[in-house]
Amino acid sequence: MAKKGDVVIQIEKCKGCEICLASCPQSVLGMSDKVNSKGFKYAVKVNSACTGCANCAVICPDAAITVYREK
Amino acid sequence: MAENLIKPENLVYEKTNAMTDRVLHYCPGCGHGTAHRMLAEAIEELEIQGETIGIAPVGCSVLAYYYFDVDMTEAAHGRAPAVATGIKRVMPEKYVFTYQGDGDLAAIGTAETIHACNRGENFLIVFINNGIYGMTGGQMAPTTLENMKSTTSPRGRDIKTMGSPLKISELVAELPGTYYVARHSVHTPANVRKTKRAFKKAFQYQKDNKGTCLIEVVSNCPSNWKMTPVESNKWMEENMFPYYPLGDIKVPQ
Repeated sequence: MAKKGDVVIQIEKCKGCEICLASCPQSVLGMSDKVNSKGFKYAVKVNSACTGCANCAVICPDAAITVYREK
Repeated sequence: MAENLIKPENLVYEKTNAMTDRVLHYCPGCGHGTAHRMLAEAIEELEIQGETIGIAPVGCSVLAYYYFDVDMTEAAHGRAPAVATGIKRVMPEKYVFTYQGDGDLAAIGTAETIHACNRGENFLIVFINNGIYGMTGGQMAPTTLENMKSTTSPRGRDIKTMGSPLKISELVAELPGTYYVARHSVHTPANVRKTKRAFKKAFQYQKDNKGTCLIEVVSNCPSNWKMTPVESNKWMEENMFPYYPLGDIKVPQ
C-alpha cells in the first residue's frame, strides 16, 4: 500500500487558482466555500487519500503548500 | 484518521529558503511564481545563495527582487543583459542571472539580449514567454501567436502586417556565444521539475565559464488570455507548444 501523506495549505497565501486540484493524482484537494482575507476561495483537503507525492506543492505558484509523508 | 503525519521528520516539501516570505503580487495561477520558486530552489540546492546576483526586469516580474532572497538589482526596461554584463565582468566569481519577460527581453531589449549572447557573457538569462504584455494590460508582444487576440490586435495577430512570432531562443542558439539554450514550461509538476534541472545545469555551466545560457519558460497569462488558470494551461499546451516546442535547443557538444 502506498505511503500516507498530508498537506498543509496556507490559507492566506492561496489565490484559488485551482492548478493544484488539476495536478493531484489522488484528487485529495477541493475548494473551500469560505474565502480568505483577500476574497479568494482557497484549496482544502477533501479526503485522506494523500500519498505525499508533492505534485500540488511543486506546481503551486504561490508556494502555499507544505507536504509531509510517513517515513 | 491515522496518526498525525505533520511532524518535521516527515517533511518532504516546503517553500525554499532562497525565496522570501512575501506574498507574490502575481495573478492567481500565473507561471511566474512557479518559475521564481524553481530558480530559487536551484540556487538553494547548489548552495550558491550568498554568491548569486539577480537582475529584475520591467514587466510583471518587476518586483522580483522582493521575492528572491539573494542580492538583486533592477535594470531599465530591456537592459538587464547589459547590467548583468557589467556585474559579471566586475565580479566574475559571482553567479549572475537575469529574469525577463517577453516584452522586456524580446521587444525593447532585443539588442541587449542578442549582443550579450553574441559576446558569450557568462550569465544565465531566464526568459518567461507568455506571448503577451501582461503588466500593461494585454497588448501584443513580439511573441504573440498568429491570430491570437490582444488589446492591440483585437482581430488576432495578422502575420502580413505584424510579422511572425519571434523565436528568440532559436535565434540566439545560432550565435557562437551561447552555450546552453533550452525551452521549458511550468504547467505540470513534471515540467516544473525539468525546468529546475535546466536552471541547475545552467548555473553549473556558469561556474565553468562556458558562455551564455538562456532558458525560456513558456508560461501562461490567465488574466490577459481571459481564461481560468487551468484553462490557460490547456490552451498553452494546444496553441503555444506547437509553435514553441519544449526541449533543448542548443546543448553543449
